[in-house]
Amino acid sequence: MNFDFSDDQKMLKEQVKRFLEDKSSLDKVRKILEGDADYDEALWKGLCELGVAGAAIPEEYGGLGLSALELCVVAEELGRAVAPVPFSSSIYLAAEAIRMFGSEEQKHAWLPKLASGELIGTLAAAEGIQAPTPRNLKVTYKNGKLSGEKLPVADGNIAGLAIVLCDVDGSAGLALVDLSAENVTRESVATIDPTRGHARINFNDTPAELLGDPSEGWSNYCRVESGAAVLFGFEQVGGAEAAMNMAKDYALDRYAFGRQIGSYQAIKHKIADMYVKLELARSNCYYGAMVLSEDAHDLELAAATSRVAATEAYRFAAQESIQVHGGIGFTWEANPQFHYRRSKLLALALGSAARWKERLVAELERINAA
Amino acid sequence: MDFNDTPEEAKFRSEVRSWLEANAKPKDPSKARAGRSTKSEQERLERAREWQAKKAEAGYAAITWPKEYGGLGGSSIHSVIYSQEESHFDVPGGFYEIGLGMCIPTMLAWATEEQKQRYVKPALVGDEIWCQLFSEPSAGSDVAGLRTKCERDGDDWIINGQKVWTSGAHFCDYGIIVTRSDPNVPKHKGLTFFFIDMKSPGIEVRPIRQITGEANFNEVFFTDVRVPDSQRLGDVGQGWKVALTTLMNERLAIGQGSGVDHAELLQLARDTELETGPAIKDASVREHLADWYVQSQGLKYTKFRTLTALSKGQQPGPESSIGKIVSGPKMQDLAGFGMDMQGQGGILHDGELSPLNAAFQNQWFGGAGYRIAGGTDEILRNIVSEQVLGLPQDIRVDKTVPYNELPRGK
Repeated sequence: MNFDFSDDQKMLKEQVKRFLEDKSSLDKVRKILEGDADYDEALWKGLCELGVAGAAIPEEYGGLGLSALELCVVAEELGRAVAPVPFSSSIYLAAEAIRMFGSEEQKHAWLPKLASGELIGTLAAAEGIQAPTPRNLKVTYKNGKLSGEKLPVADGNIAGLAIVLCDVDGSAGLALVDLSAENVTRESVATIDPTRGHARINFNDTPAELLGDPSEGWSNYCRVESGAAVLFGFEQVGGAEAAMNMAKDYALDRYAFGRQIGSYQAIKHKIADMYVKLELARSNCYYGAMVLSEDAHDLELAAATSRVAATEAYRFAAQESIQVHGGIGFTWEANPQFHYRRSKLLALALGSAARWKERLVAELERINAA
Repeated sequence: MDFNDTPEEAKFRSEVRSWLEANAKPKDPSKARAGRSTKSEQERLERAREWQAKKAEAGYAAITWPKEYGGLGGSSIHSVIYSQEESHFDVPGGFYEIGLGMCIPTMLAWATEEQKQRYVKPALVGDEIWCQLFSEPSAGSDVAGLRTKCERDGDDWIINGQKVWTSGAHFCDYGIIVTRSDPNVPKHKGLTFFFIDMKSPGIEVRPIRQITGEANFNEVFFTDVRVPDSQRLGDVGQGWKVALTTLMNERLAIGQGSGVDHAELLQLARDTELETGPAIKDASVREHLADWYVQSQGLKYTKFRTLTALSKGQQPGPESSIGKIVSGPKMQDLAGFGMDMQGQGGILHDGELSPLNAAFQNQWFGGAGYRIAGGTDEILRNIVSEQVLGLPQDIRVDKTVPYNELPRGK
């Protein structure tokens, strides 16, 4: 039984952790929250210089050729730091989609730039509040042109490349769009978490090319989502642990009725529950990581399980951390808000927990029918 | 990452498997949930005794104990491997777990060499069964608040009082007991620990009927029970320290609840029609199913993390402490939800009329007890928050006050 990350992977994790503690304190994250920038450009450059963006991209396309496990440990630390960088959009989504479904030409054209970080990629799926399905997509691809509106698109204002879920002849497909091309208009939109910029993007006969076989567009999209669900899961685990520790530290420092509030069971049991949910999430995410790194057949189920557990762990820790802080936790100047914002953003980023629970049960039904 | 054994573990597993194949019958999956055994307790005990003797002869009865006391001198991972393999076989259980899991380890830590030579082997081979006498009607979570008293009388001690929740007291030969020797000092300081002969005059065992209708536990009454001072474990007044040795082993000895889980709930949902259509199509059913699946998998992989640490010869991390906090309420809630799905039919509690031999109903009752036994949900949260997360203890009003000045209820 060796259900743990390797020493090298733990070393990488420690390295990223120290880097983020140094370069991305919550005071720094606050600057993004309060400013106009969509991300922390210097931090992103620094991370890319560490090589983490290209960690799982094969060496022939300019990456380090490591595995998804390396991405998982990086993700956990990005989540812990609530880092304001486009790592998830560019790597878990865009680069992974191209790595898995791109043609040789597409891979050579785009992966080296994504690996070095000189180009930011994203995946555009949502079209407002209607859940995207293979049948309701309004963004349409036809004869090398893409038209329609995507909203919200994570990092849509800073990305140079988008993978777009779109209608192709009546079913879902993936299109690859150079966002510097003509006929793309985009603008930043207000979101619950301004530390991660989002945009509205309009395509109007924008030049585009298909990514992967359009007849398998929806299942390819689901595969990209499943991989990303595990990685987002690690971000959520990192975030949940940080939120829990924030609550714990406050419960040790704050006195009420003559004693530390952490000595009251109403508070300490709440924090114990954060820990329980966190460990369930971590264990499920470990399994998700293992399956993802082996590209094993039960990825969809393992990813949904990781996703549901991690979403719940972060939701609870972030929300109850504010409660443990009391009034100060509701102020702009206090830090619990970072996790409250980020936890909900991550919970919605690939569709809500309810959607993933449905996916989980559908997989259980499928597997147990056999 | 992988789930494979090391070569040494694989070798041990294959030895264990061959031995089990030669000595036991594989489980019959069609009888996996046959309900309660129809055999009498005496018959089950005889069968368990035979099996225990066989296991002891092969060295598998106490894998982690030193060889000089009949163990195998193995590590925790060997013990886990044995349990994993044994779980595929139809072997009797339910009589020796507490004795070998809690009582004898306490003896090994505190008894004299002569006593160890006398008591360990008969327990190991199944000739003598042990029970644990800690809880009292007025001392559950706060077990150090116990009232059963012991008084010195020459070379003996005289014990008077009452213990409760004692599994197997009616068929046990020996027991370990913690008693109050000095009520004039704070409660943890006035305890003294003994092992006793359960056939001593003055001991009366009465079964307690639980809400399940079964009687798996007993109350044990002590009236002027005489115990030689030579059977004291630890110094006079040091009983709490000895008791901690026993309690450290408690969570290991109390088995994981088996029974209905997400797979049975999925099957029930497929078999059951609600007013709105098949239960499996119901959004609320699907959401609950997902939640419990996630919890089950989370517990399973948490255990794998623990095993990984054991396999590497490391101390498991604190994550292993979450098991019962999650599995207790899940057991109860999942069973209750399954009954809800059965609608008015869920009212039935009948091995023939209720689905799966009434496994949902049985577990709904049993879960209420599982959340209390061996550390309540609340005590376990105290343990996690204090020992894992380093949060302060609650303000204690009983730590420095003499026991006999503490306020007490009825």
